[in-house]
Amino acid sequence: MEEAYKVIDHYLMIRLPEEIDHRSSSEISRRADHLILDKDVSHVVFDFSDTKFMDSSGIGVLAGRYRKISCFGGKVYVIHADSRIRRILKMSGLTNLVEIME
Amino acid sequence: MRNRMKLELEAWPENEGFARVAVAAFITSLNPTMEEISDVKTAVSEAVTNAVIHAYEEKGGTIVIRCDLEGELLHMEIEDFGKGMENVEQAMEPLFTTRPDLERSGMGFAFMEAFMDGLEVESEPGKGTTVIMEKKLGSAPWVDSEE
Repeated sequence: MEEAYKVIDHYLMIRLPEEIDHRSSSEISRRADHLILDKDVSHVVFDFSDTKFMDSSGIGVLAGRYRKISCFGGKVYVIHADSRIRRILKMSGLTNLVEIME
Repeated sequence: MRNRMKLELEAWPENEGFARVAVAAFITSLNPTMEEISDVKTAVSEAVTNAVIHAYEEKGGTIVIRCDLEGELLHMEIEDFGKGMENVEQAMEPLFTTRPDLERSGMGFAFMEAFMDGLEVESEPGKGTTVIMEKKLGSAPWVDSEE
């Protein structure tokens, strides 16, 4: 199975789960923060390829990681987000903080 | 046709996913669009998560979900008997959260409001909270595939 958390050249790549809710989000934040500290991560890429559901808990994950790395000039990227995920990011004002790529 | 259901569950994080799926399954008889199913699932998730985290502070308790379908209208109530809120208006403001330590975004009520057609919140400190939501289903604009 492909590893969901990978660090390549100071970029932490996170392949998010199918459902991002209260339960899964705390685990994502915990694992991401561990790698950010441990592996000299500058930027975080959230890959939504597998994600079919996200509630406001997901906003906390993205905003929290943004806060952690942006003070050192790091960026947060979102890839493969469908129209619904984009709408949720937009509603929360996250589109001003994170870079949403095709 | 009128249809209804009542679901009582323990306020554990494990049950948040179950609550979403149970309500989604209940409304399928109305032939909702995928978008409408996602809207309802998101609203259920927000309300149940609020009960788990805020009302019961992750120590468990009873959550009751009541759904009433009348025609195309879904009427849903999500009730807890937890600590309740002093100031409902403030709690409903976007980005307001009492638990920044848990990275809660403060967007829960804003999402319920955005994804449902009606939202009302009744709460009493020490007694609990009831979130009442309504949504008209099967209301997506009909798209003519030949055009």
